[in-house]
Amino acid sequence: MTVPTDAEEIFPRIGRWRADGRGVALATVVQTWGSSPRPEGSHLAVNDRGEFVGSVSGGCIEGAVVTEALAALADGKPRTLEFGVSDEQAWEVGLACGGRVRVFVERLE
Amino acid sequence: MKSALYERLAAAAEAGIPAAVVTRLGDGEQGLLAGDRWEGALELTEEQRAAVRRMRSADRSGMLAGAEGLFVRCYVRAPRLVLVGAAHISQFLAPMATLAGFEVIVIDPRRAFASAERFPGVRLLDDWPDDALAQVKLDARSAVVTLTHDSKLDDPALIAALASPAFYIGALGSTRTHAKRVARLTQAGLGAEIGRIHAPVGLDLGGRAPREIAVSILAEVIRVRYRGESP
Repeated sequence: MTVPTDAEEIFPRIGRWRADGRGVALATVVQTWGSSPRPEGSHLAVNDRGEFVGSVSGGCIEGAVVTEALAALADGKPRTLEFGVSDEQAWEVGLACGGRVRVFVERLE
Repeated sequence: MKSALYERLAAAAEAGIPAAVVTRLGDGEQGLLAGDRWEGALELTEEQRAAVRRMRSADRSGMLAGAEGLFVRCYVRAPRLVLVGAAHISQFLAPMATLAGFEVIVIDPRRAFASAERFPGVRLLDDWPDDALAQVKLDARSAVVTLTHDSKLDDPALIAALASPAFYIGALGSTRTHAKRVARLTQAGLGAEIGRIHAPVGLDLGGRAPREIAVSILAEVIRVRYRGESP
């Protein structure tokens, strides 16, 4: 009995999605400031139907990240997103905890 | 991420091979370190490669220091917590540590204690502790806690643990019990390394019940894992 690591939880799901021919994007927390809820390296994988596994926050920014992941799936361009109290206007989402995170989003080719 | 790189990463993760992916955030170019092998289009200097290896050893994902916009994501197996003694505290500590992300191994030659009924799903070893620890091959991502109250079992385990690079070694018992233990280990020829033993084990949370002691031990192991020995 071991609780799976992030990779053990996410990779098998990604594998099934890819086997089904689904497009998959991977979002990763690459930098944090202050009391952000998930550490660097945390993954959220998103398929082209908007289904996701993993997390990059306590639920505060997942919706916006999924939207950007779908955009990355469509145009193939990697992007770096920033979320935090100071970015509320820009993103209309933010971290209630007052932290700030940078999230990298890429399409799995 | 390129398909070939992702497939190699997923295979390494599944096989338990330590890996790290380096991403240049500006354009998404990537390199993969799987085991000792580098792959991918991203060019890195020898210094940067060495830094990535160090980050992977410590399982610290984050931005590569001194480089512009290079992110390192480490993929390593879960740290291990080896419990010597399968009595009451271990029954609480084993599932708690599992939930906290540790691979838990319980060692106790007394089979009545180390039974699958008492430890569902946990890897159990019923060899004498020093033999069992030799099988386990303690590394720098291993923590060892002795909980038997019996020096015949605890001492050989501690001697084996002290000869290993385990990042945490703890022993149940009061300050007085530990003073006697230090005397025995010194008698056995050990020196300054005895100071690596955390005793009394665990953070002082004030609780006395086995489940509370389990929390305090797990808390200390996690603290040492991230903060090192300094308070």
